[in-house]
Amino acid sequence: MLARHYIGESWKHGLLIIGALIVLIPFYMMVSMSLKSQQEIQSISGGLVGAQEIQTFPVCTKHGYTEEVCTMRPYKYNFWFAFKKAPIPRYLMNGLIVTVSIFLIQVLIALPCSYALAKLRFKGREFVFSMVLFCLLIPVHAIALPLYVMLAKAGLVDTYAALIIPWTISVFGIFLMRQFFMTVPDELIDAARMDGMGEYSIVWKVMLPVAIPALLAFAIFSVVAHWNDYFWPRIVITGNRDLFTPPLGIREFRGGIDSDEFGPMMASIVTVTIPLIVAFIVAQKRFVEGITMTGMK
Amino acid sequence: MGTISLKNINKSFGSTEVLKQLSLDIQDGEFLTLVGPSGCGKSTLLKIIAGLEQQNSGDVIIDDKNVNSTRASKRDLAMVFQSYALYPHLTVRKNLETPLKLRDYSFVERLPLIGNFVPSRKEKKKSIDDLVFKTSETLKITELLDRKPGQLSGGQRQRAALGRAMVREPVAFLMDEPLSNLDAALRVHMRSELSELHNSLKTTFIYVTHDQAEALTMSTRMAVMIDGELLQLDTPSEVYNNPSSLRVAEFVGSPKINTFTAQISSDGSVEFMGIKLERKFNTNIQKALVAVRPEHLEITKDSNKPAFEATVSYRENLGSDIFYHVQVDQSDSKIIVRGSPQAGLISNGETVRISPSHAEAMLFETSGERIR
Repeated sequence: MLARHYIGESWKHGLLIIGALIVLIPFYMMVSMSLKSQQEIQSISGGLVGAQEIQTFPVCTKHGYTEEVCTMRPYKYNFWFAFKKAPIPRYLMNGLIVTVSIFLIQVLIALPCSYALAKLRFKGREFVFSMVLFCLLIPVHAIALPLYVMLAKAGLVDTYAALIIPWTISVFGIFLMRQFFMTVPDELIDAARMDGMGEYSIVWKVMLPVAIPALLAFAIFSVVAHWNDYFWPRIVITGNRDLFTPPLGIREFRGGIDSDEFGPMMASIVTVTIPLIVAFIVAQKRFVEGITMTGMK
Repeated sequence: MGTISLKNINKSFGSTEVLKQLSLDIQDGEFLTLVGPSGCGKSTLLKIIAGLEQQNSGDVIIDDKNVNSTRASKRDLAMVFQSYALYPHLTVRKNLETPLKLRDYSFVERLPLIGNFVPSRKEKKKSIDDLVFKTSETLKITELLDRKPGQLSGGQRQRAALGRAMVREPVAFLMDEPLSNLDAALRVHMRSELSELHNSLKTTFIYVTHDQAEALTMSTRMAVMIDGELLQLDTPSEVYNNPSSLRVAEFVGSPKINTFTAQISSDGSVEFMGIKLERKFNTNIQKALVAVRPEHLEITKDSNKPAFEATVSYRENLGSDIFYHVQVDQSDSKIIVRGSPQAGLISNGETVRISPSHAEAMLFETSGERIR
């Protein structure tokens, strides 16, 4: 009986392990390739970290550096050369500016909206909410062209504004927060009104602190989506390298004379991925709380 | 001062009428209980007084001022909610400070950081601190001031919620079933504490409850509301002993009052279950209802007393009292009789003789109106 029970359980675990491997192997490859030398990558040898032999890198000398400068261990070279080849800190900074601005403005707009949709009674509330749901169904790519034309007419192409403005109204955020606010008891709002708070005070002083877990969940969705977004920055940032976000920056590493040099390329990808992974680890508990709480699992 | 009067209040949600032409005068310093079954509109009425809900028609007058268009916060009332509604992210101290800060600080003084530099704030902060301390002493929650609501027990949260209402020293307290989330023992304890608090504050209390025991024990006057109408407004003992209608008689009192169909003969004498009431009534109806409370029915062995026979079907032993649910032999109606444990337990299935106490029998029309 017991043995059969274990067999019954084990195939589930087997399946889950395979699923986990499918997700994890690309990450393993990325980290491994960012540490190894070009020869080891191409011959698929050296395990995770490779032999780490000190050597001179030909692509480096081709870029005009002396042979002395270009002689080092592969892991060091990969990261050093990635930062030499592209202004990665600048890209990371751009990513930070864009994602944080987008998130803050989204919250600024979504909180009052969702409060009104969840807790205030007014004519047409249900209609407005159904419009919000309707907007959830519109794919970004469908409206990309008109958006681009609008921004171009406004002279905003190649600015931070073009990266931020289209995302400031998040219907997903409004929907998510509205669902959360529905669970906040009316009595809490009534109490705040009795204490003398106005509706805006209620939003920022009562609802916002109560909604922190839901906001964190939304933050992860929003930040991950816009940090990783390649499509939109590719459209509105046409030439100015100073405005490149991390995904656009990674693109710098493909094409050109050294397009097949994977080490520095993977090193840049690792650099771009790390902030998100660190943020996730720090907020992991809250994040899982937030997702289970909002019923989004 | 804390007189509140309601004049012809109507309220409906969609097509359902919740309050129908309701008028009520609340005197200064009284403990008025609005009591009624769930859905009778008592909480809605409280919210209308508070200004959280707008009536469709009618006037709310507080201290001779019509407050129909006055915002909730400007009516100088404080409310205690069933779920306490404390701000979960703030400590008890901050919870108590909030209404004072919102009332006393100017906009600039409320600003974070900048507010600290406004000279007048320091003085106000001092008086707020004093008030919070005074209130917490009264309610014995001083040592809980730095905790958050999540770390408090139900009774402590209840006190904190009371504290938040008290600090402002409002003209009246509105309480919406504040005790119903507490466990039974604590509820009984808080009843006496609330009464004491009312005695020491001498402020008007308006207390909403569906629990008639709370209404009977605490209030100076109780207003019985059923289906959006005010049926009776009187002292608890008057409401209990002298209900104006059958609905009030049935709602107030636990266990429920017993009713019997009765015949009235032309000379005004009333007969039910083969028993003739001593009192005569001046009425010309023939059919009526006699209502007798369980404690006014007696299980008797004395064969001289007028009585009817019934069979015990169920027994509730509360220690101090025993309530017998009995099946009346001649009809299919079930009634409840109070017996004393001293008289010895009667087991299920036994036949007993039940004799009513004549003076306490009340007569109602079949429509529910009282015949006096």
